[in-house]
Amino acid sequence: MSALRGWKEIPIAGIPFEPAVKYKTGDWRVFRPVIDNEKCIKCGLCWMFCPDSSIIWDGDNFPTVDYEHCKGCGICAHECPTKAIEMVRG
Amino acid sequence: MAKSVQQRMMSLNGDEAVAWAARQSNVDVVAAFPITPQTIIMERIAEFIHDGLMDSEIIRVESEHSALSASWGASIAGARAFTATAANGLALMWEILYIVASSRAPVVMAVVNRALSAPINIHCDHSDSMGARDSGWIQIYSEDAQEAYDNTIQAFRIAEHENVQLPVMVMLDGFLISHTMQNVQILPEDVVSDFVGYRKPSRIKLPEFYGEKEIPLMLNPKYPISIGPLDLYDYYFEHKMQQIEAMKRAPEVIKEIHKEFAEISGRSYGDGLLDPYRAEDADALIMGIGSTMGTMKAVVDELREEGKKVGSVRIRTFRPFPADEIRKLASGVSSLGVLDRSASFGAEGGPLFMEVRSALYSLKDRPPVLGYIYGLGGRDMPPRLLKKIAEEVLSAREEPERPRVGYPGVRE
Repeated sequence: MSALRGWKEIPIAGIPFEPAVKYKTGDWRVFRPVIDNEKCIKCGLCWMFCPDSSIIWDGDNFPTVDYEHCKGCGICAHECPTKAIEMVRG
Repeated sequence: MAKSVQQRMMSLNGDEAVAWAARQSNVDVVAAFPITPQTIIMERIAEFIHDGLMDSEIIRVESEHSALSASWGASIAGARAFTATAANGLALMWEILYIVASSRAPVVMAVVNRALSAPINIHCDHSDSMGARDSGWIQIYSEDAQEAYDNTIQAFRIAEHENVQLPVMVMLDGFLISHTMQNVQILPEDVVSDFVGYRKPSRIKLPEFYGEKEIPLMLNPKYPISIGPLDLYDYYFEHKMQQIEAMKRAPEVIKEIHKEFAEISGRSYGDGLLDPYRAEDADALIMGIGSTMGTMKAVVDELREEGKKVGSVRIRTFRPFPADEIRKLASGVSSLGVLDRSASFGAEGGPLFMEVRSALYSLKDRPPVLGYIYGLGGRDMPPRLLKKIAEEVLSAREEPERPRVGYPGVRE
């Protein structure tokens, strides 16, 4: 993130001057999801269920995880029908 | 001064006068919930809309929390929004009061001052709006029905002014003003319409990632923005600082719009912030808010006839607080009395007393300041009590160790 700005430099009414994706929130995480491509069937459920849009998937290739924003909630692992996602500490 | 326009004299109570002001001010959306003594405002507005005399959307909501939420939503969608409430209704709006102010939504709200429960009391004191003094709203208090009309019209201009962009509360005393019939001068529709114009949301420069465009500060699907989604320790303080600065700019705007309105209506109230009466050469000044200060003027006249040099100062704007102007008026005065129609439990005195006393701290020769908490729950404040207070203030000479606060009108 860029240097913090002063009150004269930001819009009023709390309008954000940077998009939310610039906030790296991945460090809130305790467990991270690790996808095993051997078991993954590319069904897209993890991508659909992720509450933070942190599963990156183009519809063709194997999904990957955006670790800069994934909070480690584990919903993807819970939903995965082939148990291809493991929650790993650290 | 330009010649003021021909006006229509009508017999209206304070609530009706406010409804007339809203009717003439090109309001887009009205959202409100009935509560005594505010209800007449919304009844009249509903009639005006039904009869095709007022072109506004009225939203009937299920609570005051929703009334202000709907007004806020309308306002940030670019509409001119008006609402009204009193006492417990204002208390239920609490959460949204701060959100409206922080979102810089120029909502105008009439607050018909009424005592807060418990026990339930429908009569006037200022405990409701005084409790909201730190919510970031501009607060303008009226002395009578005419002024409630005048203030409501001016409030839209003040709130929407590009240097301000803050919501405005217009106060009128419950029953004493709201339900008391008075001859009120009503300006022609087109004159008020020209004076207030239509809401034009101020323009802001969008940040880099939106493409550095200049857009009106409002929600619009053409250029989606978020207003106030989240601030933590990194930016919340900066946004509060912007509100503090906007409040600092407000007095000039209030004075300017007050002057402009005086030119078309022929009516003015001091400089718009303070309304002094026979204060120039006074030995003692009595300061206060609302309808009691009308009674005080008659008492001042009576005391002057007796050769006692007493003057009065009515505070119109409690937020922003006119500290500089009060210092100017109070320097050279030998004593001051401050009337508060609300109690701040556990404090040294009422809210107005504390602020006046604090404003005077930087004066070299500080006059003694006596505080009086009166009229709670609509308790009458007759001229004889005001006279007694004024005489006591006149004889006060030294600053006591602890502030002297009296409770005129209470029984022991």
